[in-house]
Amino acid sequence: MSDINPITVNVDAAIALNKYNVDEENAHIELVDNPDDEEFKKLVRLCPAGLYKIDKDGNKTFDYAGCLECGTCRIACESTILKKWDNPQPGMGVEYRFG
Amino acid sequence: MADQEPDFDIIVVGCGCAGAVAAYTAAQAGKSVLVVERGEYSGAKNMTGGRIYSHALKKVFPDFEKEAPVERKVTHERIAMMDPTANMTVDFTSDKLSQEGKDSYTVLRAPFDQWLSSKAEDAGAEIINGIAVEQLIKDDAGRVVGIKAGEDEITASVVIVAEGANNLLTERCLGAKRPTPDEMAVGIKEVFQLPSDQIEQRFLCPKGEGAAMLFVGDCTHGRTGGGFLYTNKDSISLGLVATISQIEKADNPTPIYQMLDDFKHHPAVAPIIDGAKLVEHSGHLVPEGGYNMVPQLVYDGCLVAGDAGMLCMNLGYQVRGMDFAVESGRIAGEVACKAIDAKDTSATGLASYKTQLEQGFVLSDLKTFSAWPETMLDWKRMFTEYPKAVEGIFNAMFVVDGQNQKHLKERIKPIIKEMGTWKTLKEVRGALKAL
Repeated sequence: MSDINPITVNVDAAIALNKYNVDEENAHIELVDNPDDEEFKKLVRLCPAGLYKIDKDGNKTFDYAGCLECGTCRIACESTILKKWDNPQPGMGVEYRFG
Repeated sequence: MADQEPDFDIIVVGCGCAGAVAAYTAAQAGKSVLVVERGEYSGAKNMTGGRIYSHALKKVFPDFEKEAPVERKVTHERIAMMDPTANMTVDFTSDKLSQEGKDSYTVLRAPFDQWLSSKAEDAGAEIINGIAVEQLIKDDAGRVVGIKAGEDEITASVVIVAEGANNLLTERCLGAKRPTPDEMAVGIKEVFQLPSDQIEQRFLCPKGEGAAMLFVGDCTHGRTGGGFLYTNKDSISLGLVATISQIEKADNPTPIYQMLDDFKHHPAVAPIIDGAKLVEHSGHLVPEGGYNMVPQLVYDGCLVAGDAGMLCMNLGYQVRGMDFAVESGRIAGEVACKAIDAKDTSATGLASYKTQLEQGFVLSDLKTFSAWPETMLDWKRMFTEYPKAVEGIFNAMFVVDGQNQKHLKERIKPIIKEMGTWKTLKEVRGALKAL
């Protein structure tokens, strides 16, 4: 992933401070199979929770569990590599205590 | 369905600034109102920079600042131009910033929206929390007659959609165009706890008062957008807003969350949050396309208010959204009531919503500055070369090294020349025209 600089911040630790009710049964965001590399990299750059990742072997991962429900990935990629973006099921998702 | 009496006079989707005020207004007028809010409590899904200008809310709650959980009255406005190795801040304070009706307050949406929601509830609105509206129900003629949430279908004479910037229903059920990556920005924010007296010391503010700060330049690594900082009672909100099209680009090597971390480590920012405890990391869409991205707001049986209607404005030095939300929510509530009384809740019967927004500040201000979003997007040097030139000019003034000095003019001339005198003048003139 030479076109994205090394990450020095632990964003997972930052979002771990948030309160979530994670819906283990339902993913409210789904990607298409084999998403295009360039489109995926857009989401790596954009997601404020850093949920779209490419590891050093080039594997793409996405975990909806830490989603902030902002919709940024939807604006960027709903017409390309996102096949689903819905609000989480009742009572699920992020719960801001400050906001 | 059309022949049946609807379940409610008005259903409001979303209990943020627009939705809660719409619900309050309609309930006060004696209408039956249902609010469906997807957060477990109102505000649970919401985030702002942020600060609310008081004028619109005062029309609804004249003494809100005395009872609402506002954080601090903003009496210091700061604007900063930031280069990787330098930062220049302008600090402005004036008695006008404190005057009733011209004042503004920092807020945190979880407590603030719960207060707004309680006002709507006290006025008689029924509020359901924790369920997202999945769909707007329409009749055969295409008129909105209600909502679908979970297993339930609930009908109303008017549905007010105040679902926020990620406006799924407005796009999927009302046919509004999806905003483009040029029109939308990604917002990222962290809240840091800090004792209130330390906030007053660090920001040089009187007790209970606070500062709002906007940054341009290195905070977004030279990309269109900016940094923001708001002082709350005993916390600081610090974050970035940057245009999606500029962050997603293949030539941008830095993800937005890394940009925020770099911003936090900038020598001009790090001391502000030194020792403060990070308590929340949030994200939100920010409509930045201005007037030209506002979708259709009036439909048969339906109005769109607040961020869902893209009623938001970023002028670079001034950012507004919540006062637009409150005003549009109030007008939507009033217009819906009148239309119900007049027994015409078609788009024609509800048309005065748009007219009133146009006559008032909401659409009038957005229209006045309609050329600005594009001007800002094209003004790439504002985020790179201008902060660098500012650094050069101020270094020329303040750096003393014992060498024989030249006149200031001689020292500044090469900096202006490097910027391109005519090009700079043209850019500034263009910006002033749009502003």
